[in-house]
Amino acid sequence: MSVLIYAETEGGKLKKAALEVASYGKAVADQMGTYVVAVSFNAADADTLGNYGVSKVLNIAFEGNFDAKIYASGIQEAAKNVAAQVVVVSSSADSRFLTPLLAVGLEAGYATNVVAAPSSLSPFTVKRTAFTNKAFTQTEISSDTKIIGVSNNAFGLVENQTACSVEAFAPSLASSSVTVESVDKATDKVTIADADVVVSGGRGLKGPENWHLIEDLAETLGAATACSKPVSDMGWRPHSEHVGQTGKPVASNLYIAIGVSGAIQHLAGINSSKVKVVINNDPEAPFFKAADYGIVGDAFEVVPQLIEKLKAFKAQA
Amino acid sequence: MKILVCISHVPDTTSKINFVENDTKFDTNGVQYIINPNDEFGLTRAMWFKEKAGATVDVINVGGAETEPTLRKALAIGADSAIRVNTEAIEATQVAKEIVAVVKDGGYDLIIAGRESIDYNGGMVPGMIAALIDASYVNNCVGLEVDGSQATAIREIDGGKETVTAALPLVIGGQKGLVEESDLKIPNMRGIMMARKKPLNVVEPSGAAALSNTKHYEKPAPKGEVKLVDADNVDQLIELLHNEAKVI
Repeated sequence: MSVLIYAETEGGKLKKAALEVASYGKAVADQMGTYVVAVSFNAADADTLGNYGVSKVLNIAFEGNFDAKIYASGIQEAAKNVAAQVVVVSSSADSRFLTPLLAVGLEAGYATNVVAAPSSLSPFTVKRTAFTNKAFTQTEISSDTKIIGVSNNAFGLVENQTACSVEAFAPSLASSSVTVESVDKATDKVTIADADVVVSGGRGLKGPENWHLIEDLAETLGAATACSKPVSDMGWRPHSEHVGQTGKPVASNLYIAIGVSGAIQHLAGINSSKVKVVINNDPEAPFFKAADYGIVGDAFEVVPQLIEKLKAFKAQA
Repeated sequence: MKILVCISHVPDTTSKINFVENDTKFDTNGVQYIINPNDEFGLTRAMWFKEKAGATVDVINVGGAETEPTLRKALAIGADSAIRVNTEAIEATQVAKEIVAVVKDGGYDLIIAGRESIDYNGGMVPGMIAALIDASYVNNCVGLEVDGSQATAIREIDGGKETVTAALPLVIGGQKGLVEESDLKIPNMRGIMMARKKPLNVVEPSGAAALSNTKHYEKPAPKGEVKLVDADNVDQLIELLHNEAKVI
């Protein structure tokens, strides 16, 4: 019996999400009176997981691009190998891609968007978001093996020094009928999925030529950039930046909305963010009802000031 | 080419979400239902395959009779026939297995589902269908072309895009980008009239077991008042974010 976590890597290094998943896995293992095993692909720094409660890492050496079917087969064999009762994964695009395959392979019930450690082990019950953050559900998983997809930033990192061994693991991997032809990825930009801070612009910015305000503020904060639905529909910004109910969900620690009115669909998509700031010249904008902090003012005046003062603040800190 | 589009019947994006029976059931009172937006992008992409390549397009939903208007809307948009599996949709594994039981011998080249439904946000059904029938699978699909027995698909990844080729049959989890928002069609009167005559076949479920179940619902705790900062005092905002919220 054990808890297995899938510790994701990027370029041979563990992602922050892997450490959060480890922290979550440790909490579940403590509840169950068992230990945490991690499975990873090409993790050069796998021993770091010992700082977050992992006792053993099964590290798979794999050459080639990420493939959902191949990765799912490796994780499945690891789960069988360590008799995992609970498998914990992140909410990254890749984890969400591969885990349904894993769930079928393990005949496991799978709950996504989970925001807290299990509220009960028998019946096994987890709290998750539903209706795009407009509600939470208590969801009972009844299968022998359970899979939990942890919502980004919902559980956080919990340090827990644990003696950790790293072993090479060589499962028989599946073959795939999907071939990656090319990958187009900006490596120098923070992604919405990984970001601690997201800076988002709406129609109030009046046009794509003014986006330097958003980009400069984001750069100052080490943040990802995002936009509202009308902005992406008008082609001012790419779809990949559209956040909201039909776009990407945001679960950052800080979300700053500039010139975004706050339509119900937008608010739903960003509601999992911990602290929300709105800057808008319309005091009646619905976003003020959803935000923690707000400035009623002209973005073209407030944002340059904010960038300047933040730079001074960062230089001082 | 034969295409199946999986349709979720979901509350409109503007719906107020409430619960009844001691917060154990979703309150359907006054809720307008729509085709799940991610599914509608896929359905519209399927219509283009129909118009340009002569594909036939079936739509399927797992649900009670109350979901039929949503299937009729898909027919009015242009699908050729609809299938409703007559059972309550409880969770993803059960839904995926019910769909597979019906389509197993359907000879579909392409199965299109949305990346996730906007009600329970599970995001599992397309991947589970692919695993159950051992088909190729691409999630977060924002572009799709088919040439003979091979498809080229674009997958949105965290921070970019990836182009893949995949053997048919292929299952995708689709989203905006497959077509644009402006490409979505509002059914016209002719479409609506024709939809009434198109087949909507009700099939009985295979009885697949649910592996999870929603037991209780909660609404988020009411939010406190926003703290307003004067527009010419951004220092105060920085101070609050640093000392009070501790996020910078």
